[in-house]
Amino acid sequence: MNRYPLWKNILIGLILLWGLIYTLPNFYGEVPAVQVSSAKATLKLDAAEMTGRVADTLREAGIEHTGIFSDAGSVRARFATTDTQLRAKDVIERALNPDPADPSYVVALNLLSASPAWLTSINALPMYLGLDLRGGVHFLLEVDMPGALTKRLDATTGDLRTLMRDKNVRHAGITREGETVVVRFRDAEQREAGRRAILDSTADLALADRNDRADDFRLVATLTPQAQQTMRDFALKQNITTLHNRINELGVAEPVIQQQGAARIVVQLPGVQDVAKAKDILGRTATLEVRMVDDSPGALEQALGGSIPFGTELYTERGGSPLLVSKQVVLTGERLTDAQPGFDGQTNEPAVHLTLDAAGARIFRDVTRESVGKRMAILLIEKGKGEVVTAPVIRSEIGGGRVQISGRMTTTEANDVALLLRAGSLAAPMEIIEERTVGPSLGAENIEKGFNSTLWGFLAIVVFMSAYYMLFGVVSSIALAANLLLLVALLSLLQATLTLPGIAAMALTLGMAIDANVLINERIREELRNGSSPQAAISAGYDRAWDTILDSNITTLIAGIALLVFGSGPVRGFAVVHCLGILTSMFSAILVSRMLINFIYGRRRKVDALSIGQVWKPAADAGGK
Amino acid sequence: MEFFRIRKDIPFMRHALVFNIISVITFALAVFFIATRGLHLSVEFTGGTLVEVSYAEAPQLEPIRQALGASGYPDAQVQNFGSARDLLIRLPNRDDLDTSKVSQNVLATLTAVEGSSPPELRRVEFVGPQVGKELAADGSMALLLVIVGIMIYLALRFEWRFAVSAIIANMHDVIIILGFFAFFQWEFSLPVLAAVLAVLGYSVNESVVVFDRVRETFKKKRNMTTPQVLDHAITSTISRTVITHGSTQVMVLSMLLFGGETLYYFALALTIGILFGIYSSVLVASPLVMWLGVSREQFVKPKKEKEEAVV
Repeated sequence: MNRYPLWKNILIGLILLWGLIYTLPNFYGEVPAVQVSSAKATLKLDAAEMTGRVADTLREAGIEHTGIFSDAGSVRARFATTDTQLRAKDVIERALNPDPADPSYVVALNLLSASPAWLTSINALPMYLGLDLRGGVHFLLEVDMPGALTKRLDATTGDLRTLMRDKNVRHAGITREGETVVVRFRDAEQREAGRRAILDSTADLALADRNDRADDFRLVATLTPQAQQTMRDFALKQNITTLHNRINELGVAEPVIQQQGAARIVVQLPGVQDVAKAKDILGRTATLEVRMVDDSPGALEQALGGSIPFGTELYTERGGSPLLVSKQVVLTGERLTDAQPGFDGQTNEPAVHLTLDAAGARIFRDVTRESVGKRMAILLIEKGKGEVVTAPVIRSEIGGGRVQISGRMTTTEANDVALLLRAGSLAAPMEIIEERTVGPSLGAENIEKGFNSTLWGFLAIVVFMSAYYMLFGVVSSIALAANLLLLVALLSLLQATLTLPGIAAMALTLGMAIDANVLINERIREELRNGSSPQAAISAGYDRAWDTILDSNITTLIAGIALLVFGSGPVRGFAVVHCLGILTSMFSAILVSRMLINFIYGRRRKVDALSIGQVWKPAADAGGK
Repeated sequence: MEFFRIRKDIPFMRHALVFNIISVITFALAVFFIATRGLHLSVEFTGGTLVEVSYAEAPQLEPIRQALGASGYPDAQVQNFGSARDLLIRLPNRDDLDTSKVSQNVLATLTAVEGSSPPELRRVEFVGPQVGKELAADGSMALLLVIVGIMIYLALRFEWRFAVSAIIANMHDVIIILGFFAFFQWEFSLPVLAAVLAVLGYSVNESVVVFDRVRETFKKKRNMTTPQVLDHAITSTISRTVITHGSTQVMVLSMLLFGGETLYYFALALTIGILFGIYSSVLVASPLVMWLGVSREQFVKPKKEKEEAVV
């Protein structure tokens, strides 16, 4: 009766093998690497092409690498020693950035996991260490939603004023009051006309009447909940995109930029020590400028020759061709209320649709009327340096504030342009509401402390269990080790962030997991004491202990889940490991230990005694005296 | 080896009243200290800035305090952390400070202090005022969820009497841990909160094991009175209780010794929790169950109904 069917043994064996494979990458450590990422918001890194370029550059320079890896925004090359890493960095830097004053790519030193390629290819990665273990900076940013709302309502105020004028509705003033826009009228008819005009032009406003005095008719406009929601989502997504672009510049290996809740963004920069620079980059504001292109004959040639005509600046277009742009700003990003990728209504080509506010629309109409056939450039200005986002030709006079940029664009490019335009105009301000910096030495110390506590605690338990329960104690210890193995494998697979509280949870979970084996072993002893045969005692011990183990683990799990749901930061790190550990402990303490016991005792026909330590029987002892 | 050679069931229930009086007194003391001294909450809950730096040689604290006062932080607390070479500087949030610059300014001030080499930055934590309030609210919600969740589970799996006694016994553990933290003014941080909640789950564990035995004994031994059943259940699980808690305590002790400053209070909370957890979940929860009027019928009846249904 103490035998598992073959399939069960094989299944347990497979699970343990799986655990071993996914735990492996954690033993390899890290090797030096060089990371290449884009330094400009307008320049997208093509991973496949860049991989080729880096490989070629290294081959030409005669530098050996141990693998080149790429993901969405960066390419990384691994090297055997730090010396080759430094040499490679110089070579790649020179090849990719011919002009050191204006680098197109960030080439940074980094560390990569040294685990072999076959492990990486089955997604077996080392555990993802939290900032308190590897050092780095953590920021929690809050997007100023009320500020974004106010900005939006101010723009609406201007729009309504233009609308009323265009539709010949007479009003007695339009003002923003708190989170509403109030339009005053002298009589009810004008108000009715005003209401129709507003409802015809937009679906984002909800209107309500308010009469304070007999001759004061008011229309109170508020943003509809949907419009507000869209605005919030937009502001958040916008800020996340902007952050992504800027953080690339730091050359961080694995930055984390995530939404948290409705208005917050978590930014984690492992390995970054220069907090001041990181803050500077996060807090930087980008602006958008629309300027005219100087395409008078000969001017560009003259500029390329070295003498730039007065009142103009030389820029490079996305394609790489030079562009001479007037210094005079026609329009700034503040006049832009929206930028969306889409398609041209007639040709079906990818396009970017811009919406300008009332004042912007007026300026735009005047400028385009005078410059049909000429080109205008839209520039993104960051840290005093401008980049050309796009430079379209003006085909006709554009009124009404709706602008479409199309032609020579792919869908991806349209998306990028729209994002960049929004980055320079719509981003709601952000504020740092939480910051944690951990120095690299503290991180390494934390790993050591966590590791030591787990190791010594584990050893002490193993020694005690083996002495107290003999062979059964050894089996329990092996089951406990299997638990640790599976827990590490799961954490590696899920890439859950391991923090110092997480390591503490690992230690605590191991200390608690032994409970299941103690319960089982005590039960078996008890069965023996009551006179059961060894085989029957094993079977009854495991069966009876099961109920208790289940109950006690579920109550612990309830506490773990509550921590997971309501915890943040260090508490969540603790809870994840705690919950996973409870699950793996149920598997290993019951199935793994039972399998081993079955192998030892289940195959024998006759078992005289179990090696479970001395079983003291009250009756026998009393008789001996 | 066998530690426990118990001939007869130990008559725990005879002393039930004594155990509970001890409990009530400790509980009252804990509440008293929490009320009068309050918890020394960490920067995570109160909001503020915390800077940990390490010097090559032990620095003089007074010049550093003066320098910080001179650069606009007269309310900065400077103290040693772990060793004489490590310093911890705490700054409360103030409306007039540019919070994102505080840590940089502090470090610049420290570097400028004469008579000591510039320090190495170990750790900065800045928590805005709104975050701190949320953490406190989330912590209370987590506690509430644990209590309700465990009660529902125990009520379904055992009986409401068990659920009520287990929760009373274990809440009393939590209050006692908090009482210790209030009395000694140990720092109450997020990891400590995690430890407290883990203790809640863990020590209910203990009650569950005993209750499980109580249920089994009620079903098996028909001639025992309720106190006898409880005595028997506690006696037959006491060996497991001590060994399990011993093992967990070994782990926690290992953290206490090797885990460093960060894990110190976490491990301390667990230690208190484990010690009081054994006591309360065995010697407080069981009498409570008895006084709430648990009896054999509550466990035997459902079985009969089942049999009738089958027929």
